[in-house]
Amino acid sequence: MIRFTIRRILWLVVVLLGLCAITFVLSRIVPGDPASLYLGPRAKPEQVEYLRAQMGLDKPLYLQFFYYLRDLTQGDMGESLRTHRPVIVGIMDHLPASLELMFTAITIALLIGIPLGVVSAKKENTGLDHFSRLYAVGSTSLPSFWLAMIFQILFFRWLGLFPIGGRIDTVVGLVNPIEKITGFYVFDTLVTGNWPALKDALWHLVLPSFTLAAYSTGIITRMTRSTMLEVLREDYITTARSVGISEKEILFVQGLRNALGPTLTAAGLCFAFMLTGTLFIEAIFFWPGLGTYIATAIFSNDYPVIMGVTILMASFYVVVNLIVDMLIAVVDPRIRLG
Amino acid sequence: MEALKNKAKYSRRRREYLRGLSRIYKNPLTAFGLGIIFILIVTVFFAPFLAPYPDQGRGLSNLKERLLSPSIKHPLGTDNLGRDILSRIIFGSRISLKATLVVIVIVLSLGVPLGLIAGYFGGKVDDIIMRFADMILAFPSLLLAIAIVASLGPSLINALIAVSLPWWPWYTRLMRSQVLSIKEMQFVESARAIGVSRRRIMFRHILPNCLSPIIVQATLDMGYIILAIAGLGFLGLGTQPPAADWGVMVSDGREFFMIQWWISTFSGGAIFLTVLAFNLVGDGIREALDPKIRWRFQKT
Repeated sequence: MIRFTIRRILWLVVVLLGLCAITFVLSRIVPGDPASLYLGPRAKPEQVEYLRAQMGLDKPLYLQFFYYLRDLTQGDMGESLRTHRPVIVGIMDHLPASLELMFTAITIALLIGIPLGVVSAKKENTGLDHFSRLYAVGSTSLPSFWLAMIFQILFFRWLGLFPIGGRIDTVVGLVNPIEKITGFYVFDTLVTGNWPALKDALWHLVLPSFTLAAYSTGIITRMTRSTMLEVLREDYITTARSVGISEKEILFVQGLRNALGPTLTAAGLCFAFMLTGTLFIEAIFFWPGLGTYIATAIFSNDYPVIMGVTILMASFYVVVNLIVDMLIAVVDPRIRLG
Repeated sequence: MEALKNKAKYSRRRREYLRGLSRIYKNPLTAFGLGIIFILIVTVFFAPFLAPYPDQGRGLSNLKERLLSPSIKHPLGTDNLGRDILSRIIFGSRISLKATLVVIVIVLSLGVPLGLIAGYFGGKVDDIIMRFADMILAFPSLLLAIAIVASLGPSLINALIAVSLPWWPWYTRLMRSQVLSIKEMQFVESARAIGVSRRRIMFRHILPNCLSPIIVQATLDMGYIILAIAGLGFLGLGTQPPAADWGVMVSDGREFFMIQWWISTFSGGAIFLTVLAFNLVGDGIREALDPKIRWRFQKT
């Protein structure tokens, strides 16, 4: 196990270095000079020249890459060309909103996906099974940006049930100011007992989190169904039936316990992918998270922000993947040999 | 003798594989998916004849009929430049499918040869290619695509390159594992023994026998590729106006969405139906080919 861990962590370091190299190369392909972008259209040539020297842009590429890595290890990702704020501060401001959305979404996906998968494995090849297959394949086929808009027109414009977007209503937020502890509105309001704000924050979470959950729900349903199908044909299930254990217990306790591994792996990977998924829906729901942050940066060619957020999103993905792998290896010793 | 037995075993496996494939249309949902794909192919080839307003489908605006709601004259309404949405969607199918095919071609022409080389030669070459492939697979592909196209500049060609670059390693992996198993077969050994050249063994004996899983995988991936291209189009990083692209149409409709809901709804619906069709067929193929599941069907 120790050798396995060391090998995986060394590989992680290599991958992260490669990631930095790729984003660095990409940022140098960007058309336009970063120094003149930073100073705006009215800058004098000597100002641009001075800033170029200060940003290290006159140095050879490998040195620039080295400086970039050195700054990264100190948590310095440069300054936004547009707002002139440090990228790391921007990320810290936007990260909690995205994480709150992701945690809600993965919870929804597990709560819907697992029972649906179990039931459709039990009722294999019936109408219900076909429905669950259609639901699962359908929800992985939905363009999330489109689903977001459909939700908005359905639940905001026509039914008037949920707000169109944002994290909290402006008036509610002003009357019941949220004390910032973690940046997770639900958590912060719960701890401080700020009930009106909590209710409003939950209300705002519904549409975006269901949109974000759609893809994962489908994957989790399919995964649960196919592993349950295998498990239910095992001999020990027949034994359990013959000693008279109730069908409900067989499905959700005896069966599910052994089918849960692959499902949770899939859920972990879905969660890792979600941070990228926020890019498509946050802007539509005016959700002030990382997705909105990088989407705005893409349109203003704000490359330090694009680089910083890309590195963060990809490292998040890589690290979550590693954690999932390690957990599987802990549970199933056969994997460690591979 | 051994060689003959191996060959027989191999061709039996191949027959079963094909029989599995021919069974897929029996599932109603898979048949539904195949039906939609058929309709889609028809619209791609006959777009100028099927679209009620072919000129508008190509991008001609008609400002007198802006933002009309669905009616008999315009079954799916018109957009902010007065163009018939149905015609735009029909012409959009051309761009979507063409783009997807281009991505598949790029991905296959990078992934398959690299996998063939890695699997056939092994050793250092294999190590270098596979480590590189693993590295790319470690990143979220869509994010990488967005980062690439954001730095290359938005255009359809850049978007296609950006979608392809993070994708080929999947095929390298698949191809390599295929080559590894086929390389050990007796008929390859025999070919080598009678002095067939290395290149001929690779391209005439190994490559053709590896292709069917690759083609199946490519079918499975079509849906995701369409979705990725539509996503880039929606972000404004893909197709540029006035060409009709489904993702771009959804994003164009956003401005008017709360009142003139039909622009985004129908064009997004076209993306959804297409991706759904490919995924249903892909899911059907997977069910039909997974030998474990099929074997269990026979047992119970």
